[in-house]
Amino acid sequence: MAEEKKYFIGALVSNKSGVLTRISGLFTRRGYNIESLNVCATENPDISRMTIILKGDDYVLYQMIKQMDKLEDVKKIGCANELDCVYRDLLLVKVKALPEVRSQIVEIKDIYKAKVVDLSPDTMILELTGDPEKLDAFLKVITPYGILEMQRAGVIALARGEHTLKDRDCYGDHIG
Amino acid sequence: MNGADVLINCLLEQGVDTIFGYPGGTVLDIYDALYRNGKIRHVLTAHEQGAAHAADGYARATGKVGVCFATSGPGATNLVTGIATAFMDSVPLVAVTGNVGMAFLGRDSFQEIDITGITIPITKHNFIVKDVNELADTVRRAFHIANSGRKGPVLIDILKNVQVAECNYSPAVPEKYRSDEVNAEELKEIAAAINKAKRPLILAGGGVIASGATQLVEQLSEKCGCPVTYTLMGKGCVPDDYEMCLGMTGMHGTKAAVKATIAADVIIALGTRFSDRVALNRNEYSAGKTIIQVEIDNAEIDKNVKSDYHVMADVAKTLQALLPLLESKPSNGWRKQIAEYKSADAKSRESGLLSHAVIDAACKLAPEGTIAVTDVGQHQMWAAQRYTVKYPRGFISSGGLGTMGFGLGAAIGAYCGTGRTCTLITGDGCFGMNMNELMTAVACKAKIVILLMNNGVLGMVRQWQKVFYNNRFSQTTLNRGVNYVALAESMGAAGLYIESRDDVEKTLARAYSLAENGPVLVDCRISCDENVFPMIKPGANYDAQIERIEDN
Repeated sequence: MAEEKKYFIGALVSNKSGVLTRISGLFTRRGYNIESLNVCATENPDISRMTIILKGDDYVLYQMIKQMDKLEDVKKIGCANELDCVYRDLLLVKVKALPEVRSQIVEIKDIYKAKVVDLSPDTMILELTGDPEKLDAFLKVITPYGILEMQRAGVIALARGEHTLKDRDCYGDHIG
Repeated sequence: MNGADVLINCLLEQGVDTIFGYPGGTVLDIYDALYRNGKIRHVLTAHEQGAAHAADGYARATGKVGVCFATSGPGATNLVTGIATAFMDSVPLVAVTGNVGMAFLGRDSFQEIDITGITIPITKHNFIVKDVNELADTVRRAFHIANSGRKGPVLIDILKNVQVAECNYSPAVPEKYRSDEVNAEELKEIAAAINKAKRPLILAGGGVIASGATQLVEQLSEKCGCPVTYTLMGKGCVPDDYEMCLGMTGMHGTKAAVKATIAADVIIALGTRFSDRVALNRNEYSAGKTIIQVEIDNAEIDKNVKSDYHVMADVAKTLQALLPLLESKPSNGWRKQIAEYKSADAKSRESGLLSHAVIDAACKLAPEGTIAVTDVGQHQMWAAQRYTVKYPRGFISSGGLGTMGFGLGAAIGAYCGTGRTCTLITGDGCFGMNMNELMTAVACKAKIVILLMNNGVLGMVRQWQKVFYNNRFSQTTLNRGVNYVALAESMGAAGLYIESRDDVEKTLARAYSLAENGPVLVDCRISCDENVFPMIKPGANYDAQIERIEDN
């Protein structure tokens, strides 16, 4: 088996009920796991944009892109890895923050440019936006204080410059 | 008009002449519209599964889209095996189901089921129609999706309130099915690889039949001196008596096909996915060979076997563009070698098995143009190995899903679509699953000769128990003493039986003559120890073909 990598698949899909089921089913049926999935409506109300993070090798990537492309509801699809893209994820994390450690946590969040969005006598909710690696690094530092609960929104990606997914001819430019 | 009338009118637009189905609560309005319209024949089956298989058989025999109707709930779920069968074999099918009205949806109402949810993985696409104004275009799109690109089933679930809602209907002309032309430039490398080949071989799959490329395959074979092997779905791609045809390849492939595949240096794969029954060991299948894959579905390219060259296109369009680029090789050592493989194979086909004698005689005695339909198991493989099919769509079998109980429904559909005699080769296991459709066949006066290979066991499973489980015959003995002749007669069909080789020709001659008036069941009492050979075990290489249980 080839080396396992992380792939970012971007897709423009019909903004209709049931589309997510059709797509997620393609993955589970083949025993592939979606690491992260983000979907939301776009500037065109008929179209949603989906960003999927898939872990696997090239074979898995090609199969999933080709299989997704076969769905009637998938209008455009591409893999972001070869492009120069901006990646963003959003994190909300509730940490235990008793008064004696509160200032330490505030110091960490300043370094990472996170925001405090809620404060209670014993807890704090922090918000951080950034590329996924930055969020990972932040979580590593904050974990020892005790994470009560957390949620990430899922990675989204846009290519830099004039390149847009909707103008892409097909995914054939990088999938053989 | 109401939604149900719109549906019937849209089916007429698409040229639908036959529907297979079963009425029920949530399709009453559709059946009422069908009745009032009166222009479409409806074949009432015994069970919705039979309707789905019949629509599938109709599509495989005619090349048109098959249509079936079922009510909500159990009616819809009974279609599932039939839809999955069509999906795995890329058969164009439109299944129409009713569902409860919008006011009852999502409340676990009587006979409510989420059939679109259930059929997502086994349809090309499916629709739930909640607005009557979307109905006509949905039906039109469904037909287009089913019959374009790689063909397949589409399901339309129509809510009850949509069927009764009034709307305007404006007729439309069906969209033409187009496949892209192939640019000869793209094929230069492929042509060079074939021209350079010393021992090229064609592996023809179901895509050859679906694209109507059969004559082009024969031209390719003639011009380049390529022998033709085929997958189960490709049977009929060239006439079985064509001199360069080596028969089926793979797990139960002929010796000639397997030897030629081992010797080949270039494999020209046309419309096939290299399933695990063909490329049993997908990693070693292509070792030392150049693989050329012509395939309309991009997702099948390199899915199971990595190709050296491929083109994503319709097989017929590709061959039209490719043939002028190929050099003519009228004679060479490879042709001689092929002839030797073939004659050695022909000698070894004399087996003395009653099942073989029945199939051989059926080929000889069936009227010209007869369609062979099979169920799944040993009899299916005997038919694939021995039944001489002379034209495309002359052999109908459940390949990918391997659906026991497929055959009788499919034979009814094939008969209804073509009016031609059908030979159904089945076993007692498969026949037992959907034998209720014999009543349907009688009602249609379908010219079907049912060759029931009755060995009292689940033959193929039992054969695997012999090969892999040391003769522990767990639950594969069916011997229940059924009197199949009486069973057939009780349903209004004719019943005959064969007990020895001496009966075969006489009985089959009578069967085909009786079949002019309706279905005939021939109980062929074969031994439970007739096996299917040659055989390559799952995951093994082609050089490990075994010919007897003892070789195991």
